[in-house]
Amino acid sequence: MPPEKNWGCSWPEQKPHRGADLDQAQAEATLEKAKPVPLGGRAALRRGLRPLRLPGLALLTALIVGAIFIIVTDEQILAAAGNFFSDPLGFFTLTLGKIAWAYAALIQGAVSNPLDIIAGLFTYITTGDNSTFLRSLRPISESLVRATPFIFAGLAVGLGFRAGLFNIGAEGQLIMGGLFSVYVGYAFTGLPIFIHLPLALAAGFLGGALWGFIPGFLKARVGAHEVINTIMLNWIAILFSRWILAGPLSRDGFVPISPNVLPSAALPQFFPNPIRFHAGFFLALGVAYLVWWFLFKTTAGFELRSVGANPSAARAAGMNIGRNIILAMVLSGGLAGLAGTIDVLGWRYNMGVDFAAGVGFDSIAVALIARSHPIGIIFSGLLFGMLRAGTKQMEAIAHVPVDIVFILQALIIMFVAAPEIIRLLYRIRVERGVEEAVLTRGWQQK
Amino acid sequence: MNTALVARRAFSLSRQQLFGLTFLIIAGAMLFLFALSSDPGQNSTFVLTAVASAQKTELPDLVLPTQATIFVLTFIVAFFGGWQLARGFRAVNALLAVIIFIFIFAFLTWADRGRQFNLTGMLIASLVRSTPIALGALSGILCERAGVVNIAIEGMMLAGAFSSVVVGSATDNLYLGIIFGILTGGAMAAIHAVLSIRFRVDQIVSGVVINILAAGLTSYLTERFLSVHQELNDSGALRPISIPFLVDIPVLGPVLFENTLIVYSMLFLLVAVHILLFYTRWGLRTRAVGEHPRAADTLGINVFKMRYINVILGGMVAGLGGAYFTVGSVGRFDELLTGGRGYIGLAAMIFGKWSPFGAFASSLIFGFADSLQQKLAILQAPIPSQFLGMAPYIATIVILAGVVGRAIPPAADGQPYEKQ
Repeated sequence: MPPEKNWGCSWPEQKPHRGADLDQAQAEATLEKAKPVPLGGRAALRRGLRPLRLPGLALLTALIVGAIFIIVTDEQILAAAGNFFSDPLGFFTLTLGKIAWAYAALIQGAVSNPLDIIAGLFTYITTGDNSTFLRSLRPISESLVRATPFIFAGLAVGLGFRAGLFNIGAEGQLIMGGLFSVYVGYAFTGLPIFIHLPLALAAGFLGGALWGFIPGFLKARVGAHEVINTIMLNWIAILFSRWILAGPLSRDGFVPISPNVLPSAALPQFFPNPIRFHAGFFLALGVAYLVWWFLFKTTAGFELRSVGANPSAARAAGMNIGRNIILAMVLSGGLAGLAGTIDVLGWRYNMGVDFAAGVGFDSIAVALIARSHPIGIIFSGLLFGMLRAGTKQMEAIAHVPVDIVFILQALIIMFVAAPEIIRLLYRIRVERGVEEAVLTRGWQQK
Repeated sequence: MNTALVARRAFSLSRQQLFGLTFLIIAGAMLFLFALSSDPGQNSTFVLTAVASAQKTELPDLVLPTQATIFVLTFIVAFFGGWQLARGFRAVNALLAVIIFIFIFAFLTWADRGRQFNLTGMLIASLVRSTPIALGALSGILCERAGVVNIAIEGMMLAGAFSSVVVGSATDNLYLGIIFGILTGGAMAAIHAVLSIRFRVDQIVSGVVINILAAGLTSYLTERFLSVHQELNDSGALRPISIPFLVDIPVLGPVLFENTLIVYSMLFLLVAVHILLFYTRWGLRTRAVGEHPRAADTLGINVFKMRYINVILGGMVAGLGGAYFTVGSVGRFDELLTGGRGYIGLAAMIFGKWSPFGAFASSLIFGFADSLQQKLAILQAPIPSQFLGMAPYIATIVILAGVVGRAIPPAADGQPYEKQ
């Protein structure tokens, strides 16, 4: 893990040596703002935590607005509001009670109920039976399991953003990755796990990379816009998966679903059945670190970011724009492919037609919240995983429809993307030198 | 000149030759896939009278001998291909369109061998299905000509679809429902406008926000209210209005002059937006704001006001497109029922190079593919329906790469404007 002071972008060790000094100076100037200021002690800690302030307030504000929305759409509360003047106390207790109940369910579903953990621990110590204890930890495990594909797909979209590309195609790449890995997972028999598992993972990466290569190649060669092509490829992948899961890749029966992958291709799980937590999460952490290292510590990563930050300067410095676009789309697609793979090999073990379920689209939000920083994406991915697990519990216990998660997501992105709203609300002054990252460049092609 | 270069010249194809070869390959495909796999005795019957139409005239069915027809069509394509390879045509894109049209007709003749197929019905379905896509594309054009990227078409449509059916059911008045759908689309667009113009949020990000928000709001409210109060989700659908006399024109009559209000509005808006954009002062200002806002500002045009107006108008058009999905067709709302049509509208806009008629033409392609897929399921063509479903998307990728090439957006599209 990088130290906190590297939260922004860090200065690459190797400088690119191609191109004239003047152009290089221009390219350096583009990234100059991102250079971290060396700091020590508490100031460093405060500086390190500062990037969390706006997202934190954004999350808080989104939850408050979400609560208001839950209140105004609750028929019981609306009825009580009708009797507001005769019974104001009843209205307030009902409203506060409902909100507290709903958000308690959210937290219980996302983290877990501390009372359950204590009770489970007590049983474990006294009787040696750990099943209650493990069950009480299930919500955390669920959150981590759901966060894992978000981290991978978020890294995919984030890497694209860093190279100035808007990859809406994570959904399709994720499906292709899942299909490739599920095929390798069940069709290649008789391999030991240390060959089969890496092979299945590599196949997943390859499937996504292939689906990312097409728009990357087209953009580099003929300038066709990647947003349109990735949207088209999403639909093609969805239809292709429907066909192949009902035909060549289906198991016997009427439900279009693939056969299960063999145990030798499955990612190891650590706990008995109700806990689905698997090694994929650690893989996600490792890959996030790798992406960070690639983007900020290698020449190739520097080129990629330069092409994203200022294509004209990058071209003047002798960088090959087309090659970098293709590379970025291949890596991005591969990472998205891994997002699908990790679910297949981690806990699903097969693929159905509703496989992707919008993870690819939501990963755009994951990357946006983290401002495309790989380490930040770990946290925003975790946030999304927790929201998913939590809102499911919210629906089960407090009867708030699970779709509230989309409303919360939209609000979080809105407040993160428009920090001015948060600054207005909480009267925070504008900080000097904080980069307002350019995320996309519309349709413009340079 | 060295030998390597000469060799490269010799083997590389010019654009003209590439097109010629493509046409010849298409001709070959028609010969082997269609002509040789049908029997000499078979006939293809195309029904030209629309089902359940107010049309008074009855047209005879068009009966073609399958194999002979395909041979003739193949010959025509092969002739064009050879001519293109040897001499070259000037309007090659138009020729490509003609050849694709011939190919599709040959395909239909082949799929229809020994059966009956309602051609007019398919044309009607094409226009109807391209309506929401065209409205989405028009919405995009209005926003983007003023310099605001609009990928929120999907969200605006979804919101419009939801509110129009709810208001339509509650008041029992479909036209009131449509008006509310339009207003809701405008309201979603207003959020997009405030975020991207006032707060200078990245416009694609703001669009993503609108899409997620609309998906969340409509699904949440459906789950919370419409699943309990079913009567609020049952508005009934608009009936087609047939225009007297014009509807009696063979084939064209039922296709163009017997439609619902939303289809007529789309055709009207198409012409209106074209005239407004290119022949009025308002349109000139809009385009100026989208191409060079600073220059427009210097000349005294209020950039912010123009952008707000255009984005909200665009949202209203998208809201009308949303109303098509509920009030205009099935009369009820299901979660996420727009199914990505807004994104297709976006693609149609770029495909049509940000011009209303271009966008409409590409919407027709998508609508046609959509209805073709449905009709071929009835004909039981031996092709998995998923592959037919992919056809328009693959076609878009290929055409975007090969024919349209670099689509050039308005110069200031996607850039927030800051007054100095």
